[in-house]
Amino acid sequence: MHSEVPPAGEGAAGNSATGNAGGAGAPGGAVSVATPPPPGRPGPRAPYRAPTAQLVLTFFLPPNLTPEAVKYDRRYRTLDKYRFISWFLAVPLVFYLLLVAWPFVQAFYYSLTDWSGYGTEFNFIGFGNYTRLWNDSQFWDATRNSLVLLVLAPVITLALGLFFAYMLNAGGRHRKNETVSGVYGSKFYKIVYFFPQVLSVAIIAVIWARAFSPRSGVVNPLLENVGLGGLTQSDWLGKYGLWVTLLVLCWSFVGFYVVLFSASMGSIPKEIYEASLLDGANRSTTFFRITFPLTWDAIKTGWIYMGIQALDAFAIVSIMIPRQGIDVLPTFLYLKAFRDGDAAYATAVGVVLFLLTLTFALIMMRVGRRDRIEF
Amino acid sequence: MTSSSHVNRRTLLKRSALAGALTIPGVAALSSCASGGGGGDGDTTGPGEVTDSNPFGVADDGDIEVVIFDGGFGDEYARDTARIFEENYGSVKLDSTQEISQLMQPRLVGGTPPDMINNSGANQMPHPALIRDNQIADLTELFDAPSWDDPSVPVRDTLVPGTIEAGQYGSEAVYHLNYAFTVHGTWYSRKFLNEVMEEEYPQTWDEMIRVCEKAKRDHDVYGWTYAGQHARYLSFTLLPMAVKIGGKQVLEAIDRLDEGAWKQDGVVAAFEAFEEIAARGLLLPGTPGIDHIDSQTEWAQGKALFLPCGSWVENESKEVIPDDFDLAVGAPTGLDSSDALPFGTIYAVAGEEFIVPQNAANRAGGMEFLRLMLSKDMARNFTEKLSSLTCVQGAADGVDLPPGLTTAQEAIDAAGENIIAPRFRGWYPELFIDHMGVAMGQMMAGDLTAAQATDRIQQEADKIAANDSVEKFL
Repeated sequence: MHSEVPPAGEGAAGNSATGNAGGAGAPGGAVSVATPPPPGRPGPRAPYRAPTAQLVLTFFLPPNLTPEAVKYDRRYRTLDKYRFISWFLAVPLVFYLLLVAWPFVQAFYYSLTDWSGYGTEFNFIGFGNYTRLWNDSQFWDATRNSLVLLVLAPVITLALGLFFAYMLNAGGRHRKNETVSGVYGSKFYKIVYFFPQVLSVAIIAVIWARAFSPRSGVVNPLLENVGLGGLTQSDWLGKYGLWVTLLVLCWSFVGFYVVLFSASMGSIPKEIYEASLLDGANRSTTFFRITFPLTWDAIKTGWIYMGIQALDAFAIVSIMIPRQGIDVLPTFLYLKAFRDGDAAYATAVGVVLFLLTLTFALIMMRVGRRDRIEF
Repeated sequence: MTSSSHVNRRTLLKRSALAGALTIPGVAALSSCASGGGGGDGDTTGPGEVTDSNPFGVADDGDIEVVIFDGGFGDEYARDTARIFEENYGSVKLDSTQEISQLMQPRLVGGTPPDMINNSGANQMPHPALIRDNQIADLTELFDAPSWDDPSVPVRDTLVPGTIEAGQYGSEAVYHLNYAFTVHGTWYSRKFLNEVMEEEYPQTWDEMIRVCEKAKRDHDVYGWTYAGQHARYLSFTLLPMAVKIGGKQVLEAIDRLDEGAWKQDGVVAAFEAFEEIAARGLLLPGTPGIDHIDSQTEWAQGKALFLPCGSWVENESKEVIPDDFDLAVGAPTGLDSSDALPFGTIYAVAGEEFIVPQNAANRAGGMEFLRLMLSKDMARNFTEKLSSLTCVQGAADGVDLPPGLTTAQEAIDAAGENIIAPRFRGWYPELFIDHMGVAMGQMMAGDLTAAQATDRIQQEADKIAANDSVEKFL
């Protein structure tokens, strides 16, 4: 994990600069080293200020064309920093605006029309599509299913991922010369857990659909063999589509988080564990007091990523779940756009999905904000 | 739009940064994504001389582009047709794909479609939307043109009845040619039924129940199975049964989305008949959760006696159907002798849609290609190579057909006037797949009674009837 604190020298310089700007009458020692003031400049009590228009202009000019007047402004240092960053980000920013932001704007526009997706003419109908959505029970079913997945899939996947990663890294019995170690064969398990990530999602969906087949699948016989014959179903995917989707989603992503969290846990210094063990901490204490807080950043990132995966789930649901089963928002969108030739309505669903994803990401970033622990 | 973006790019490249240059054509491309193209005019006639053998006036050197759905039928038949076409006219650029919608939608919207599209398969574009947006040419000209084989007979008189109607959407205009003729019904092994069980195909529902119970008791074979995950397959038998019981107006009411159409006596009686199959335990266990391939495999292996399916089953399941199976299709079993229509009433329809885009550069060439496909030689070639009947009358005469298809042909002949083809299947796919199909499956799984299932379908049909954003065709 990287430290966010800048190197000492730079920090000191920054501090003195800020001190200068705010402080009354402090001699401009550090500043004058960086930018020697021109002769005849105003005294230290009235710092020189370049015209705002010039400052703004400078932002868009390459450094060698910076107007002389601006160079001696105190604010030039900050401006230079942000100019440096944004110029380097300019190309990706343009791509982002063009390929991500602009299509979103377009999508919102098309959602206000009655475009079928197959013609060149359409009418502007205001919020008609949204009114239709509000009264469409199929849409609400799909939304409910997507929200259930959004809440449950990250909780289950991340909890399992954390548990497995902890067992693989610090859960084993104590061995000679090792403060903490994983369970026996942890390297092998790591590969096994990661295996679903190697498979294409289409293959995963097909395999699980076979497993749940009431005639040739393995799930029903398995239940019978362990004495739970009463739980067998003649239509798993149709009746319990949501829960099967949840299972497959978690199964296919847990390995990724085991590896992610393992990497994160691997960077926790062994001395911390050592010290806590000397103090008599048991495994659960070590987990909740040391491992969990120190992997929080990875968990937070993982949560958002998994949430977005759960809101998608398109491939799994559309391949695995029959029509009597469930829809999620993306599959509902697909049906409306491509089967029913109702592209504008589908775009309205897309806008709802976009807002949902955005809200989720914002909430997660707020909730997940904690003090970062440096080590 | 293309030329202006080029100018922009050229001038900008000299002066500004790379990012700026990429922006302009990109924005142009995006903003044009739904507003390119334009409507074509009504005149199909090409620049060539109009004669009986060239009714659309295709230029001698007129090139055409056709796109074929590369599904169960492949594209060989189309390549054979293209060869003949090229002998008479210009070259044919033939592409085959399974992703019709993904590849064709942008071209239609952009106003640069190919001259003929085989709009079929899982990724077909919805015809109602294409029609609403004036993207498909009316094929009436094609059907009125002299036929390829005999200029004194128009094309429409060489086709199996029902072919032209299948391409109509509430008006006289015909928007697609349905080329392959499909017979839907109850499929079974004649050898098992006639020789092993020593029974005849049941014609009344009491007979049906008796035969199924006997099969289960004496041979440990269940009566029925179907594609549980696509329960709409049940309608291939159930809908013609409802029509047989109640008469043709039953289906007309359903197609019109009439109030109470699904609560007509014939419909409810047919639903109840199938509910009885499930209730008596004559349905192969696990059927509600299996897909079409599984159901066809289990049935071919002799685990179930009857299967509602279409005539594609012979080709689709040829790997698993035993050589001595003696595949046959039966017309739907009715209730009893009080039924409105005689035994033999069957659901047969031309499928596999071919369209000519309204904005095609060489629309005459696209029509001519279809006219050539409707010649006897080409239709026979299709039947011989693909074991499927076509919409061309008598094209299969003398062709050595496989057993299942032979019985299908016999079934059509026996049905005479009583061939039905539900139109709401193409008009309102949501009703057919999401509501009717699902409700049928839930009834067979025992979750709904026949009355509840028909209630549910009626509710949804009413909703569609009241929904202004769904176009109605009757």
